[in-house]
Amino acid sequence: MKPLEDYLVIDFSQFLSGPSASLRLADLGARVIKIEKPDTGDICRTLYTSDLIMNGESSVFHTINRNKESFAIDFKEADGLLKIKKLIAKADVMMHNFRPGVMERIGLSYEEVLEINPKIIYAAISGYGNHPDLKSLPGQDLLLQSMTALTWLTGNQEDGPVAMGLSIVDMLAGAHLTQGILASLYRKTIHNTGALVEVSMLDSAFDFQFETITTYFNDGGELPVRTKNNNAHAYLGAPYGIYQTQNGYLALAMGSIPVLAELLQCNELLAFPENKFSLRDEIKTVLAQHLQTQNTEYWLGILEPADIWCANVLNYEQLFEEEGFKVLEFIQNVTMQDGYSYATTRCPIKIDGKIFTSSKGSPKLGQDNETIIKEFAL
Amino acid sequence: MKPLEGLVVLEFCQFLAGPSAGLKLADLGARVIKIERPVKGEACRQLSIKDLFVDDSSLLFHTINRNKESFAADLKNSDDLALVKKLIGKADIMTHNFRPGVMEKIGLAFDDVKTINSKIIYGVVTGYGEKGPWAGKPGQDLLVQSLSGLTWLSGKKSQPPVPFGLAVADLMCGNHFTQGILAALLKRAKTGKGVFVEVSLLESILDVQFEIITTYLNNEKKLPERGAIQGSAHTLLSAPYGIYKTQQGYIALAMGDLQHIGKIIGVDLDQFQDKALWFSSRDTIRQILVDQLLSNTADNWIELLNKNGIWCGKVMNYNELGNQKFVRDLQLKQTVRNTDNIALTTTRSPIQLDGKLLLHSKAAPKVGEDNQKIHQSFLND
Repeated sequence: MKPLEDYLVIDFSQFLSGPSASLRLADLGARVIKIEKPDTGDICRTLYTSDLIMNGESSVFHTINRNKESFAIDFKEADGLLKIKKLIAKADVMMHNFRPGVMERIGLSYEEVLEINPKIIYAAISGYGNHPDLKSLPGQDLLLQSMTALTWLTGNQEDGPVAMGLSIVDMLAGAHLTQGILASLYRKTIHNTGALVEVSMLDSAFDFQFETITTYFNDGGELPVRTKNNNAHAYLGAPYGIYQTQNGYLALAMGSIPVLAELLQCNELLAFPENKFSLRDEIKTVLAQHLQTQNTEYWLGILEPADIWCANVLNYEQLFEEEGFKVLEFIQNVTMQDGYSYATTRCPIKIDGKIFTSSKGSPKLGQDNETIIKEFAL
Repeated sequence: MKPLEGLVVLEFCQFLAGPSAGLKLADLGARVIKIERPVKGEACRQLSIKDLFVDDSSLLFHTINRNKESFAADLKNSDDLALVKKLIGKADIMTHNFRPGVMEKIGLAFDDVKTINSKIIYGVVTGYGEKGPWAGKPGQDLLVQSLSGLTWLSGKKSQPPVPFGLAVADLMCGNHFTQGILAALLKRAKTGKGVFVEVSLLESILDVQFEIITTYLNNEKKLPERGAIQGSAHTLLSAPYGIYKTQQGYIALAMGDLQHIGKIIGVDLDQFQDKALWFSSRDTIRQILVDQLLSNTADNWIELLNKNGIWCGKVMNYNELGNQKFVRDLQLKQTVRNTDNIALTTTRSPIQLDGKLLLHSKAAPKVGEDNQKIHQSFLND
C-alpha cells in the first residue's frame, strides 16, 4: 500500500516548483489532476525549457509530469469555474504557484475554497511571499539564486557570480511545499482540520543557505571567499575540492595535510603541517600540481585503503556503467496514453524496503477530461 | 496548533542530512530529542567553519540543531542502552545515519526496535543505499556530487568539473527524508504498524538532476554541455539565460524573447529569428549580449528591462541582501537563545502554516541538557 493512496490532489501549478511537489505526492500514491489552460496547457509543455522535444513536448515537461492526469478547462469562464469548484469539493489538496492576487481575482482564494471544502489543504508557492515591493517580480529560479547571493558560493574566486547549473530553488520550494502538505495531511488525520500551506522561493533559498547565512550573521558580516582554485566550499579549508589528474579528476574531501603528504609522496606539502585555513590557496596549488602527475585510479588506490575521503569524478555515461549505480534501479520506463515510452528517474524515497515506481507517463493536454467529468459528475 | 505536536522523534543522526530533517520536524511541532554520546556529543559539535563556536559547540551545529533537546547516553553501556530502549518504546519516530551494520551490532536495527515498539517509524540515511559496491563508501557531500555527474552542470565548457558550493546532496536528502517520514506517518495512521523509511545522498542528488538525466536518456545519450561563455547558467536552456557583467555589478537574465530583448538593449539580433537558433547559437548570441551589457550599469539595465516586462534581476551578495528592507519585513532572520541566555541569529523554517511563520526561540541544547526532564517525562514508570 502506498502512503497517499486514496488522496486526491488538484494541481493548478506550472513549470517546476509546484509540479515537482505534485510529482512527489503522485509517486507516494496520490491521484494528481493537473488543471491546465485549454490549447496551451502548462507553459512548461512548450516554452523555452529544453532543446529536446519528445512526442511533441519538452523533455522537461515529461520529466516533471509523469504519473499525473490532465484536465483542460478554462476556469476564468463561469461554467469552467463551476466545474472546478465541484472538483475541489472532492479534493484533499489543491495547489498553485500563481503570483499573489491571481487566485483571488479568479475566485479561488483560500477563503472562497474553504466555503466549498472546509477541510482542504490549500498549498501555494510564490516567488517572494506577499511583500509589496516584491510580489510582482517573476519568481524565477536564476533570479532567486542571484538575489539571495547563492551565486557567490560556487566556482573560483575570480569567476564572478556562478549559478548552480539547475533550477535548485524551484526544487527546494517544491520539496518544502510537499513537507507542509504532508504535515498538514497528518494533522488532518488526528484533528480533522484543513490547512493553508505557503512557501516562497525566497524563504527556500534562505533555508538552503542556513549554514552560510548564519555564519555571515555571526562573524561580523564577512562575505564568503571562494578559494582561488579548486573551490568546492567557500568556508572549508584544504584539501576540499576537485583536482585534475593525468586522465581525469579526483574529489578530495578531507585528510590531514602531513598524512596526505606521506600517502601521496608529495614533499612540498610538508611545508604546511598545521593546515592553516589562511594558507588553503597555497596548499591547494601544491596539491593540484602534484595530483596531475598520476591517473585517478592510481590515487584512489592509495587513498581509499587509507580511509581518506575521496572519489572519482564521473559524468552520466561513466556513472551509468557503475555497479554502485545499477543496484539502485534508479531509471524507470514510463508510457504515455498514446503508447509513447520514455526512460526517466524514479522517486528517491524508499518505504518498507520498496522503491516507488509507476509506469504512467505524462498526460497529453486534456486527455482525462472525459473520465473526470463523468466520474465527478461535472 | 503545529501539525506534528505530540510526536516524539529520537535522532541518532549526526552531521547534516539527518539532523536537517530533524530540524524540519521540530519546526513543524515535533519534540526532537538528540541521542548523543556523553560529554563529547554529536560529532558535528566539533566541526566548525571559520572556527566559530557558541557555548562549546560549533556555530554549524547550532544552525542545524536549534529547537531540539539532548539526551546523553552511551549505546555501548548496557544500562544506558536499556534506558534508550525504554525511550524508544515511547517514541513515534527514530532516525539514524550509521553505516550499514552498526545499529545491528548495537541491537537497535528495525527488526529489534519493532519488538519494543510495533508502531515506530524508523528512518535511515545512507550515502549510496544499503547494497552494492558503494554501500561502505563514506557518504560525504562532495564525493556524492562528484560521482553523480552534477559537477558537469555549473560553470562554463572550458572549465574542469565545478561542484555546487554548498552541501546540496546532504540538504536535498534531508528534505526527502522529511517527506518520507511524514508520508510514513500517514501510512501508520492507516495501518497502525511501524514503517521503515530509507533515503540516500546519491539517490537524492540524482533526483535533483531528474530533468537533465531524462533529457540525456532520451537524447541519444548526448551528455549535457555547459555554455562556452562566462555566466552560462543551465545546460538545457537557450540564450539569453545566464549572468552578465555590467559596467557596475552583475545582472541575471532568465528566459525571454530574444528579439524583444535585443530591441530594448540596443543590439541587432535579426539573424536569430528562428527560435531553434536560440539554443544552437546560444554562445554567439550570449557573446553579443555580454559586449552590449558592459556598456551600462546593472541598475540602469534592470530599470530598462523591468519596464519592458523582461525577466531579470540584480546579482547581490550577502551585504547587499542583508540590507534589503524585505529581509526584516519577511522576518527572514530569527534569534534563538540557549539556557545560558546566549543569543544567536539564524534563519527560520521556510514553511508557513495557516498564515503563520513557524518560529521558535530555542537554541541548540548542550550535551545531555535534557536528561533529567526526559527521565521525568518518559522513564519514571
